[in-house]
Amino acid sequence: MGKYTDFTQADTTVENKAATVESVSSKKQKRSNAITAVNEDPAVRKAIKSKKLKLRRRRKFLEWGEFTLYLLPSLAGVVIFFFWPLVKLIKTSFQRSSTNTDFVGFTNYSRTISNEAFVKAAKNTLTFAAISVPLAVILALLLALLLNSGLPGKSVFRSILLNPMMVPVASIVLIWQVFFSYNGVLNGWFADWFGADPVDWMKSSKAQVVIMLLFLWKNLGYNMVLFLAALNNIPTEVIESAKMDGANALTRFFRIKMYYLSPTVFFVAIMSLISSFKIFREVYLLTGDYPYDTLYMLQHFMNNAFTHLDYSKLSSGAIIMCVAMIIIVGVLFFAESKFDADVEE
Amino acid sequence: MNNELQAQRRKQATLARRNVYLETPKTESFFEAMTEEQRAEFFRRSKKISLANERRRNINHKILTALGIIVASIAALLAIIPIFFTFLNSFMSSDEIVDNYGVIFNSLSGYASGGATFLSKTPTLKLVPQQVTFEQYKNLLFMSPTYLLKFWNSFVLVVPIVAGQMIVACLASYSFARYRRKRREVLFFSYIILMLMPFQVTLVPNYMISDKLGILNTEWAIILPGVFSTFSIFLLTKYMRQIPSAYIEAAKLDGANEWQIFIHIALPTCKSAIYALVILLFIDYWNMVEQPLVLLTDPDKQPLSVFLSQINSAEIGIAFAASALYMIPPLLIFLRGEEYLVEGISRSGVK
Repeated sequence: MGKYTDFTQADTTVENKAATVESVSSKKQKRSNAITAVNEDPAVRKAIKSKKLKLRRRRKFLEWGEFTLYLLPSLAGVVIFFFWPLVKLIKTSFQRSSTNTDFVGFTNYSRTISNEAFVKAAKNTLTFAAISVPLAVILALLLALLLNSGLPGKSVFRSILLNPMMVPVASIVLIWQVFFSYNGVLNGWFADWFGADPVDWMKSSKAQVVIMLLFLWKNLGYNMVLFLAALNNIPTEVIESAKMDGANALTRFFRIKMYYLSPTVFFVAIMSLISSFKIFREVYLLTGDYPYDTLYMLQHFMNNAFTHLDYSKLSSGAIIMCVAMIIIVGVLFFAESKFDADVEE
Repeated sequence: MNNELQAQRRKQATLARRNVYLETPKTESFFEAMTEEQRAEFFRRSKKISLANERRRNINHKILTALGIIVASIAALLAIIPIFFTFLNSFMSSDEIVDNYGVIFNSLSGYASGGATFLSKTPTLKLVPQQVTFEQYKNLLFMSPTYLLKFWNSFVLVVPIVAGQMIVACLASYSFARYRRKRREVLFFSYIILMLMPFQVTLVPNYMISDKLGILNTEWAIILPGVFSTFSIFLLTKYMRQIPSAYIEAAKLDGANEWQIFIHIALPTCKSAIYALVILLFIDYWNMVEQPLVLLTDPDKQPLSVFLSQINSAEIGIAFAASALYMIPPLLIFLRGEEYLVEGISRSGVK
């Protein structure tokens, strides 16, 4: 759907398209000329014209006012609770501390970037996102393809797979502990079946795997529903005609379905990225304030900074993350538009 | 005379054509070359082959379907087992729980010091309790008022956020959908960027403003930023832009004003999206951990989600019931509005 082709098209006032406005006004002028042809006095004509202009402006203003009124509650809240403090945050990030307002340039930033804990947290968070987001996208797509391949009981499977999304993390943490703790069920099974040595899941390099499982468990259902919707939207004639032309299942998938799915892949990737930054919840609920090294997430860093109320650290850290997030999303956007352009050629 | 000549010529041509046709030797097809018996044999064989092919295809299809069902069932089992497990275990008596899983949480208590020791006794995973009792629930509901308090805290935080955000978002997204000018689009884009920001970024400004307004450490510090979160505005605007312009034009011609269009056209068309958003928001805020940790330092005001993580081995007996109880509100909402949720999610991803 094009950006300006929706129902607002019907609106006759197009403020930012000067050409349109001009043509409209010239038409109106002609009409008014016809009407006022009787009245040859230029002064009267001018008065009528200016009155009309005033009326139009008034109508435009009223329209603007009405729609701004609808927006106002949200805008006020967003400005008060997000935009204004964000601006202040940028200001504080260049100050020595919240009380000492000396301008210190990028000192806070360089201090945060060279902070070992911050680097570790950023690395862990990014590693987690880099592995779990593609996994979440691909596995969800596979599940959606499976369910969409004419499987009986599709809707039953769908609602079962959607269930984990609705379960609060705090409730499920207990089970994860039962399974993955050092004396947990999983280690017990491994010992029974293979005589394997117990693995300290939560306190070794495997810890990220456990958290990833939890992440996938929770997010696959939502992603899958998104993909199912996109698959249902692929026109069947295209698939049928490809089948007639002898395209096999793989070709059909990569050449046709992927084309229709690419916007959804992008959307799902963004949604998964957002939730992968929320993974602190799971980590905190499973392991508390001081997790194993590879589970030390950015939020842990921020929480520590909060307990000391280290404003310079907090503000510079938040701004760095904000910029990083914008860059990541920008790259995804760029990749998506490029991919789309490639396909459409 | 001319006519006569033409008729004659036509006759000649027809005859010539017929002669040619008759003169060409009749091609003997493979089929015609066969005798009666051979023909019957041929039919029988080809019928058999095609039947076999069809059967093989059917079997292949069946095997594939069975495999698909098996894979899907495994996925579904993995998805649902933890939930079932929690519910079933919540009906065990406290003694049984301690007997089964005590070993896990005993070693957990020494967690912070880093000394997890492997005990020779492995925990026993049991799905079905030996004896179904409501002991845990009884203990939870009547013996430990903190749990109930936290449960109530969760409601106090979540319900106003969801209700408030829906009202604010419906109004704002109607405005974004109907009034599209350059500056509005820029504002909308900044809303989207705000939506994408993780908590790590937005919590700091929230903290600063709450501190300034003096609402730090009260429920308002969480409720107010929650109400103005832009996630639902993004999705609802996407929906409202899909309303056919013909509806709105028709309403305008009938003399409806903007408020009437909003109430009678925009809201009913987005019903499924609104339901879906209510469910999504509810679970999201029911789940919240980051905001209460930072903005609510008073443990009496923290919701159950934070509290549940602080289970120690002494309380393990009622932990499963607490977890199960905490799961029930979102699951009930889910069961009630699943189709709306699925429809809402589905349409949100489609451009």
